[in-house]
Amino acid sequence: MSVQPARRLDGEPDNRPHGSPGEPHAGPGGPTGPGGEPARGPRHPKTPPRLPAVVMALLRKELLVELRTLESVPGMALFSLSTFVVFHFALNRSSVEGDLAAGILLVTLLFAGMLGINRLFVADEEQGGFDALLLAPVDRSAMLIAKAAAMTIYLVVLEIVAVPAFGLLLLGSSLGNALPDLIGVLALVDVGLAVIGTFVAALAVKTRARDLIGPLIALPLLVPIAIGASRACAPLLSSGPHTGSGVRWLLLIGLYDLVFGLIAYAVFDFLLED
Amino acid sequence: MPRVPPALKLDRVVRRYGEREALAGVSLELAQGQTLGVLGSNGAGKTTLLRLLATLLSPHAGGVEVLGASLPSQAWAVRGRIGLLAHEPLLYRELTARENLTFHARLHGVGPRRVEEVLEAVGMTMRAAEPVRTLSRGMVQRVAVARAVLHDPELLLLDEPRANLDPAAAELVEPLIGAESGRTRVIVSHDPRGGVAEADLVLGLRGGRTALLAPAEQVRQEDVMELYR
Repeated sequence: MSVQPARRLDGEPDNRPHGSPGEPHAGPGGPTGPGGEPARGPRHPKTPPRLPAVVMALLRKELLVELRTLESVPGMALFSLSTFVVFHFALNRSSVEGDLAAGILLVTLLFAGMLGINRLFVADEEQGGFDALLLAPVDRSAMLIAKAAAMTIYLVVLEIVAVPAFGLLLLGSSLGNALPDLIGVLALVDVGLAVIGTFVAALAVKTRARDLIGPLIALPLLVPIAIGASRACAPLLSSGPHTGSGVRWLLLIGLYDLVFGLIAYAVFDFLLED
Repeated sequence: MPRVPPALKLDRVVRRYGEREALAGVSLELAQGQTLGVLGSNGAGKTTLLRLLATLLSPHAGGVEVLGASLPSQAWAVRGRIGLLAHEPLLYRELTARENLTFHARLHGVGPRRVEEVLEAVGMTMRAAEPVRTLSRGMVQRVAVARAVLHDPELLLLDEPRANLDPAAAELVEPLIGAESGRTRVIVSHDPRGGVAEADLVLGLRGGRTALLAPAEQVRQEDVMELYR
């Protein structure tokens, strides 16, 4: 079979200069082959794929690989469930609430998130995903966005399992009334954890001790999020009437997410460079 | 007639790993459409040279020009114009051949029809829905060839391109990566005879240094064998 010229992603015929072995083509700039005969001309896409398309391609790949391997999310969920069981027996009390409940929930989610963060770039490092991205005419920040989005999805799935389990195993009061506000707080935590985690995972994956380096760098960076989220969650997890406003803590987490998101976006390219 | 820039131009290129020089002062020029055969024993610097030309590594000294773009400062200008077939197939083991190629196609702005074309060209249409981890090494190599040429690159960087391929498969991929593809090629080979036969220009490396650089027709077999002693 003869191999036809490439078509563009949108299905339109590719109007790049091209040729088959029998149709040598000299493109703009006129490259010529040995002996002066025309060689194949430049065929690179005139319009490289746009950022959203690349992000979607990377995200789709990420989720497909996770669905096939189940390397991250099940481990994260099982870790959080086991931790709640350990707390249930170690605290030797029938239930927790307020600050203690918020602390247990948030710290467990952060540590469970670490498991996912440690695995985030492993397939890319071991199977050439970094090289594939570096060889493509795309904005490397797409990988940061796609990985952070994938990590956010993993965390949401984790919380769908972990939060009800936490309510059953440890929480004294019902989660029902607090749930809408709690979802808001956890959404901000997820974004922060995903962005910082992706950034740190990209830093750590090239090192030999990546499983150690990742948490060692990420946990101190996540302290402000842990503080803000615990303060915002504590009133929600109390048995009494909710007192005080968690809005300022939510603003703090939101601001921290934003600042770290911008820093990560600005320097991510350099992390992937040689 | 305006002067045509060479496809590759290396000027005293140095690349180190720690204290060790993997490439030490390599210089050469390769015209558009020609084939450079790179020979040398293990650790001679062949793979480093290939990764450097692919923009995956930066030189520590000297100048590198690929397709008229100076590296690493203008690497963005040649990304998407290079096809790399390395030791690693750059394929996700858990994804199918088709999913892998579709992923790479999206990174290069290439449509799905092209994916089917290259799958057919390497004879993998029937196995395209199977995860790469279940394929034989030869089949993985065929999918890797399809990935390398998916975006119709001007420059092919090939590291042992026919490794794991049986004669029939090697013949199958010939129009894509062989001389008849019309592309500028750099071929790393451990086959001294075949490596020279396929090349227009032969570069022999020993310990990261140029031990041999000559047009293929001037290269004697004993010069090549000397590289491996």
